[in-house]
Amino acid sequence: MTDPIAYDAQPRRPAWGVRIPLRKSLSTGAPILVAPPPATVCIQLARGGDAIARATVSAGQRVLCGEPIGEPGEAGAPRVHASISGRVTHVELRLVAGLRDPVPCVVIEGSGDDEQWPGYSPDPTAADRPPQELQERIAAAGLIGLGGAMFPTARKLRAGGGAPVLLLNGAECEPYISCDDLLIRERADRVVAGGRLLLAALGAQRCVVAVKTDMPEARVALYHALERAGNPRIVMSVVTAKYPVGGERQLIELVLGREVPVGRYPADVGVLCQNVATAAAVADFFERGRPLISRIVTVTGGGISQPRNIEARIGTPVAALIALAGGYRDDAQRQTLRLIMGGPMMGIALTSDQLPITGATNCLIAATRTDLGAPQREMPCIRCGDCIEACPAGLQPQELLMATLAGNPADLLELGVTECIECGGCDYVCPSHIPLTKHFVAGKATLRESGRPSLPDVAD
Amino acid sequence: MHFDTSPPPQWRSPATVGRMMRTVLYALAPALLAHVWFYGPGILLNITVALLTAILTEAACLRLAGKPLAPFVADGSALVTAVLFAFCLPPLCPWWVTTIGIVFGIAVAKHAYGGLGYNLFNPAMAGYALALVSFPDLMTVWPAPDIGDLDYVRPDFAATFQYWLTATLPDGLTADAIARATTLDSTKEGLGLMRTMDEIRVNPVFGDFGGAGWEWIGNFIAMGGFGLLLLGIIRWHTPAAVLTGLLGMASLAWLMDPNTHPSPGFHLFSGGAMLGAFFVATDPVSSPTTARGRLVYGAGIGVLTWLIRAFGSYPDGIAFAVLLMNLAVPLIERYTRPRIYGRPA
Repeated sequence: MTDPIAYDAQPRRPAWGVRIPLRKSLSTGAPILVAPPPATVCIQLARGGDAIARATVSAGQRVLCGEPIGEPGEAGAPRVHASISGRVTHVELRLVAGLRDPVPCVVIEGSGDDEQWPGYSPDPTAADRPPQELQERIAAAGLIGLGGAMFPTARKLRAGGGAPVLLLNGAECEPYISCDDLLIRERADRVVAGGRLLLAALGAQRCVVAVKTDMPEARVALYHALERAGNPRIVMSVVTAKYPVGGERQLIELVLGREVPVGRYPADVGVLCQNVATAAAVADFFERGRPLISRIVTVTGGGISQPRNIEARIGTPVAALIALAGGYRDDAQRQTLRLIMGGPMMGIALTSDQLPITGATNCLIAATRTDLGAPQREMPCIRCGDCIEACPAGLQPQELLMATLAGNPADLLELGVTECIECGGCDYVCPSHIPLTKHFVAGKATLRESGRPSLPDVAD
Repeated sequence: MHFDTSPPPQWRSPATVGRMMRTVLYALAPALLAHVWFYGPGILLNITVALLTAILTEAACLRLAGKPLAPFVADGSALVTAVLFAFCLPPLCPWWVTTIGIVFGIAVAKHAYGGLGYNLFNPAMAGYALALVSFPDLMTVWPAPDIGDLDYVRPDFAATFQYWLTATLPDGLTADAIARATTLDSTKEGLGLMRTMDEIRVNPVFGDFGGAGWEWIGNFIAMGGFGLLLLGIIRWHTPAAVLTGLLGMASLAWLMDPNTHPSPGFHLFSGGAMLGAFFVATDPVSSPTTARGRLVYGAGIGVLTWLIRAFGSYPDGIAFAVLLMNLAVPLIERYTRPRIYGRPA
């Protein structure tokens, strides 16, 4: 008998990948804490790479929570909203978490009353509207991909127009991060509702929500939510908890058995991929009239007193979130060595905890020696081949390393440096502790500088 | 608060080269005990000489190459070379044979090619091959195993030590009294004299499959090999392909004429087949890196081993088969590249 809800009976198991201790239970013990509005926020206007919104407010102006403060420029940046109510104090270049260079930001000093902007209202019949109209409204709501790349959702929907399958990515595969797990556990109905709205906006046939074998509570919650929704076009699929099954192309390969050819996009194989948190944000906008003003952030690591997930306003300083999680531990063995935004594999080490979070901040890790392990000396490659088994792109990292060190563009291209997704799996398994990913990032730069035909970057 | 940064990934597994090499050494411990049980303390002397020589040679080569001593000596690769080499030697073996073999294996086969990670040939097998062609007589005197029902004199520790030091035996002991031809030797010799396998196997050095006693050491080597498989230190592809290649060829020949070809089980449990399959062919540096490459490489070793045993002038072929396939590794790598995601096959 086939189950109308489960996409398939067996978990999808990849031939590649790494089994990493996931350490998610550190932060899954407590429910999501909805943080009160912080005293100040700093909201970046640059989202989705090149596109920068134009500030529509100026210093001294009063804004309400949810009020637009940045409008799309020519490049099609999404609209930006105030995440608290209060007074604009600065519109200037500032550093934000995860970006190397300062970006235009709006700084708001909170008034504490958290008064909502009345400009958006709930629309319970949104799913029955034509795709074109839904896409325009998603663009107006400033929704962005919350998986980490912050790509404007509306642009992705337009680019993927006509793709028959919507894949909702809940296969959070980085160690430590549990924000999508907790989101599905506590708010699976919103994820399913978002899936229905995105199906309508895309004009797609079916929606598959992918979760992992190591999130049983979320799977049960999602199963019941799908049962309640009773929508035969939305099903769930389970993938094995290996790293990096949550990569966009990797998940498409695992769940749908489709491979995205080099230089093409998932839409070219009929798939549009969105993060589950993005789907929930779409539901929040249409069902509650709430634009993107907050996101769930996992605050965890050995250096945090009470690791947990926090729903925080966009632009909250990192230090304020860490204080909400009980602050840093003060014992000497638990000294924080690295403050990581994102997971320990692909995350970025932050220089300061005064930086504001962005829509891409899914996790903050105060990593101690216990988390990271003792540093090991780099040794020569012994050709053990463990990196080949780890690589989700079918590369031979040990050969690619030689090509990178030699700096030969032809070899780099042939061995597929452009296909490296920088997941860090090869680094993780390497018994010689060679910083392979760092070399491949350099190899990509060598290839670009040499003017060899490079393949387009992949947008999330 | 301000923090230091570093490029991702921030987190790495605790696996190290040293840990891998130490695990390999532990996996050989059961076989070492079995070896002492059947052949006496000779192998302990051989291992001691091999280890000391290996460490000194490694240190001297690192010094010459201007590399730091501590991390590279501690990686344990020279120790694995030394122990594998000692396992290939006869239990009665003069110290200079061991020393010359190890110095060649580590100084020439390993460090002349660039040291850890860069050697084309397996250093233990290169050393063994040199010792075998340089000292053919000393390398082929094997004392009979202590299996209780053989008419032979077991050399005591004093006799073993004297032979180890001077290659002579105490008065009253002759090589004929303590030594027996190995099963591979007597098979080669017997077949050369037009005897059938049944006639050859009358010799009490034969056990159930291979040599009496020796086949048990093979079991313990395989046990250690399975341990390495379970711990993820080695992958199944190479040992499975070596044993399948050897068994396949041996079975074909044996089915055609069981009188002139030893049984497949004999091949599996004689000579260096088990050690070669689980511990030598799986040396990462000198073998291919992909699953398909390892299957080709292993099968090549198995087939060549059988060919050398059946037609070559040396009784066992594992070492030469490994060295020959080492040469083929760059070619195998070239033709067994995995397909890159998103690219046409």
